[in-house]
Amino acid sequence: MPGRKHISPRHSPPGAYGLTAIIFHWLVGLLFLVQIPLGYLTQAVASRPALQFDLYQWHKSVGFLILALALLRLAWRLLTKSPAPPEGLPHWELAAARLAQALLLLLTVVVPLTGWLIASTSPLRIPSYVFNLVVVPHLPLTPSQDADRLWSSLHAYLAYAAGLLALVHIGAALWHHFLLRDETLSRMLPPAGSHRRTR
Amino acid sequence: MHRRSIIFGAAVVLLARPAPAANLDDSVGRYRITASSRIAFTVDQVGGGGLSGSFPQFSGTIDLRDGALERSSVTFRLAPASVVTGESRVDAFLRSDAVFDVARHPEITFRSTRVRLIDASSAAIEGILSARGRSRPETFTATVVRRSGNAVTFKVTGNVLRSPYGMDVGTPIYSNIVRFDMTINGRRF
Ligand code: HEM
Ligand code: HEM
Repeated sequence: MPGRKHISPRHSPPGAYGLTAIIFHWLVGLLFLVQIPLGYLTQAVASRPALQFDLYQWHKSVGFLILALALLRLAWRLLTKSPAPPEGLPHWELAAARLAQALLLLLTVVVPLTGWLIASTSPLRIPSYVFNLVVVPHLPLTPSQDADRLWSSLHAYLAYAAGLLALVHIGAALWHHFLLRDETLSRMLPPAGSHRRTR
Repeated sequence: MHRRSIIFGAAVVLLARPAPAANLDDSVGRYRITASSRIAFTVDQVGGGGLSGSFPQFSGTIDLRDGALERSSVTFRLAPASVVTGESRVDAFLRSDAVFDVARHPEITFRSTRVRLIDASSAAIEGILSARGRSRPETFTATVVRRSGNAVTFKVTGNVLRSPYGMDVGTPIYSNIVRFDMTINGRRF
């Protein structure tokens, strides 16, 4: 997190994330945490094909929503400055936090991309009709059973790996908040809730 | 979404053809629908394209009556389990309880109730389509394509909604409308 300056809302106290970064974080984070069990369910209900079909469509819709938000967020993250890390962090922890956050940021883009690759290479050719509103075209690839299988397993591995990493990330945030009692988590909360009463 | 009745319509058409009365006499009789017939269907999908397939297993008869076309009739049955789309996972899905539920409803049937002439070579065949435990009136259009001796060929088309039969899974990605395009070959018996 280079630099100290933050372009974001005036009412953010120094050292806090801007409101845009905060909204992106919680929106993408929560959708991502819902999307993993939803993906799991698409496989768990294989004996109920009608339900499975519907769950697939929900999973694809939420997935494309995450992809769109995550791309905007990535751009935001690259174009604006993030607050400097809280002071007094051990070097290893800072490095670990940076790595984990960079990976999570990347995975929120790459995991739905691999999902899109499944939909695009599946011989079933099922259109992606996001929330029954917008058709997202298939990527220009040749459908085949093998490609479908390859992207499916990559998608599953990456999604579950991202889930594990997110758990470590959440654990670290809670550790800071409840045990170390520092401002790490408050920096990621909306200004009104966390800061106004300090006036 | 299967239509079998169409054939009937075709028969009617036959009757009506060039010189109605004369041709009627020629064609009157009972016909068995032969295995060379083709029951094809298409379901459009959002964004273009669609799902097409056919049902290779079916049977039926056409009864072309003398005089009043209205008294002619068609019966048709097909085995939804025979569906082929070229993609085995789609076939399995269609056979499952998501769509045809072939384990509990192994047959789809059509019985004509009325035949109406549309023009010299085509007729509307009204009848009752039964699928997945539900029966509803449906209409198909039959056109005579060929007649020769003991054989007759009809082109039969018709649109059937999936939802009234509890088969609307996948809408609106896949259209609610199944378009049938059938070639029905009858042989006198
Ligand atoms: C951040 C977004 C996403 C996450 C976290 C996610 C997560 C998952 C998970 C955990 C599974 C279950 C894997 C398994 O147990 O085998 C799964 C399966 C699946 N996902 Fe996603 N997914 C996302 C986005 C997408 C998108 C955008 C699409 C398609 C456009 C998609 C299509 C699929 C498909 C087709 C499967 C089934 C794979 C198979 O056949 O085994 N996913 N996803
Ligand atoms: C739901 C529980 C979560 C909590 C309590 C939480 C907490 C936090 C906190 C406190 C920060 C700021 C850390 C710092 O200043 O160094 C942060 C940043 C971050 N978190 Fe989370 N997080 C959660 C879920 C997630 C999930 C599910 C993802 C990804 C899928 C995620 C991705 C990120 C990323 C990429 C950052 C870096 C900041 C940014 O680029 O906006 N978080 N999180």
